[in-house]
Amino acid sequence: MSRALVLRGGEVVDAGGRRRADVVIVDGVVTAVGAGAANEAPCGATVLDAAGCVVAPGLVDLHAHLRQPGREEAETVESGARAAALGGYTALVAMPDTEPPVDSAAVAKEVLALGACAPVEVAVAGALTVGRAGERLAPMGELAALGVRLFTDDGAGVQDGAVLRRALDYARDLGVTVAQHCEDARLAAAGAMHEGAWSSRLGLPGIPAAAEEAMVARDVALARLTRGRLHFLHVSTAGSVELVRQAKAEGLDVSAEVTPHHLVLTDAACAGYDPVFKVNPPLRTEADVTALRAGLADGTIDAVATDHAPHAPEAKDLAFDEAPPGMLGLETALAVALSAVELDVALACLSWKPAAIAGLSPRHGGPVAEGAAANLCVIDPADKWTVTPARLASRSRNTPYAGWTFTGRNRHTIVAGDAVVVDGEALR
Amino acid sequence: MTHLLSVSDLGREGIEEVLRVADAFAEVGSRPIPKVPTLRGKAIATLFFEDSTRTRLSFETAAKRLSADVLSFSAAASSVKKGESVRDTIETVEAMGMDALVVRHSSAGVPVQVSRWVKHCKVVNGGDGWHEHPTQALLDCFTVRQARGDIEGLRVIVVGDIRHSRVARSQVLAYGALGAKVTLVAPGSLLPPSLEGWPVEVTDDLDAVLPSADVVSLLRLQAERGSGAFVPSLREYTSRFGLTARRAERLGPDAVVTHPGPMIRGVEIASEVAELPQTLVTRQVTNGVAVRMAVLFLLLGGAR
Repeated sequence: MSRALVLRGGEVVDAGGRRRADVVIVDGVVTAVGAGAANEAPCGATVLDAAGCVVAPGLVDLHAHLRQPGREEAETVESGARAAALGGYTALVAMPDTEPPVDSAAVAKEVLALGACAPVEVAVAGALTVGRAGERLAPMGELAALGVRLFTDDGAGVQDGAVLRRALDYARDLGVTVAQHCEDARLAAAGAMHEGAWSSRLGLPGIPAAAEEAMVARDVALARLTRGRLHFLHVSTAGSVELVRQAKAEGLDVSAEVTPHHLVLTDAACAGYDPVFKVNPPLRTEADVTALRAGLADGTIDAVATDHAPHAPEAKDLAFDEAPPGMLGLETALAVALSAVELDVALACLSWKPAAIAGLSPRHGGPVAEGAAANLCVIDPADKWTVTPARLASRSRNTPYAGWTFTGRNRHTIVAGDAVVVDGEALR
Repeated sequence: MTHLLSVSDLGREGIEEVLRVADAFAEVGSRPIPKVPTLRGKAIATLFFEDSTRTRLSFETAAKRLSADVLSFSAAASSVKKGESVRDTIETVEAMGMDALVVRHSSAGVPVQVSRWVKHCKVVNGGDGWHEHPTQALLDCFTVRQARGDIEGLRVIVVGDIRHSRVARSQVLAYGALGAKVTLVAPGSLLPPSLEGWPVEVTDDLDAVLPSADVVSLLRLQAERGSGAFVPSLREYTSRFGLTARRAERLGPDAVVTHPGPMIRGVEIASEVAELPQTLVTRQVTNGVAVRMAVLFLLLGGAR
């Protein structure tokens, strides 16, 4: 028996534009798109209401810390993927900073196997260097053979310029992307928040914007030197945006992402010393927020990526400077992005652009058209909802948006033709 | 007063009230039996997650002179060493029926966090990281007022490692609220990265501002925390920012010198200068007890 699903009465939005259309899906493939297409659906098809909603290619997260293996008390591949599905994602890239890290085919296979049972597609990023120590290249070829497309030591920047240069040279012919967490470790030192007026007043050690910008500038030079493909993870300062803008104008093969929280929160949020607002890169200033939004709007920044970083409650009950950095993102990213930029920009940056960077196009993020893989989300842009930490699907509770009310929320998520979220409830 | 986490919790009126009450309690210390029954039946815990001698002894003396019961905790000899979190420690101690907690921690903001975790206890910041040390600034103001009268309009210079100093942050707020003109004297490497919103002047020329200063507040160069790396050498630091005997000759006739202790003689202050009558270090320590009595009284004096 065939699996048939109909999304009825919505407005389809993809890289090609907007149109009113029903979407018919049979056995994981879109078979019809158009006004009244629902009437041609096979009988017995499941019909999901999409009236007043936007039907779009599923969201793709470039940057999720799923904590498995090693920190299953904070998150698992399954719980993280469920959170993603609820947030409108059909695919995500799992970051390699697990314990042990994804610096061998064995660990990559373990995470991929866990991902195969998860409600969304789980791609795996590989570590750039062995043990994420920044010294010796990880087996990028072996990992690429397993389908790994993104390599990063995220959590720390590669400090040694010669190592990053070697990685860019090595990656070029493999056709994979090097992704950098830009932060000069010596300049960042033991910083716990953005260095500026607030850190000075609060007496907390700061991370200057220059710690990020110095490495972005160096890495732009290395991208120029190697002609390699380089992705900048979570850029957070106005200066970084400008450096990426110049690199792109020059024709270098670079891309960049911003997190949802850097689009709406500033270092003022740290005033109460609540470690839930501690994140790396740190929340910056109002001027940085403005520059990041402008960078998204003019295409300098390609993607909004969550940097979903779950931590068990006891980890966030520590002193601010002792607590680990990171905040949840998968279940709130869409709503936060919609609060910061127009819907079309938000979808481009949450779906088709990151899908291309992750090497997941056109299976994810591709146009909603006959013959396409059915990885879709249905968003109700008018749904007003309040973030309640206890009701999140993540195993952790460290959302900075507790009690915030947003407008716009994912309603249904279709992964490979199956509804995994219906009316905001996870089915798997 | 719910808690005393920052000098900014008090405002000018609050500071003046503390100083007024401290005036009354200062007399208690000179009685043959220096004790009043004001807080009998109240229980106060001093929770010092970072070592301290004078602040802890001062708070405990203050509590005992008010007849409160005092429970003392130091991280070195506690379950924290066994891995218990600060939050669990706080909840455990509060559950024993404490009325106030005096908290010191090497991380900025811990007393603020503690104030969110407690159910009914009053929280006093006994010094947190580089953030604040409110009772130190209050006792400084008390001591200066005792020596110089009104603080309004006085020129106060705060000299040394402002960047890493909780005392400096509290002093700027307290002296500022009382109408003094505060000047920070430090090399750029020992200043906070931003002074946006701080009601202060800044200079790195001690000799230029010393003769006109009414109050010279010296800070310790916290070499044990790596502050030594922020200046080329201790010798150079002393030559530019130390209150040497020679510099002290240029102090105004009524100028006073304060230091929160412990002093590093020969670095920020010369031994001879530490012994001068206008150096108020011993009076600061004595007054610290009265000021902390005032703070505890104002927090716990009312009906629970």
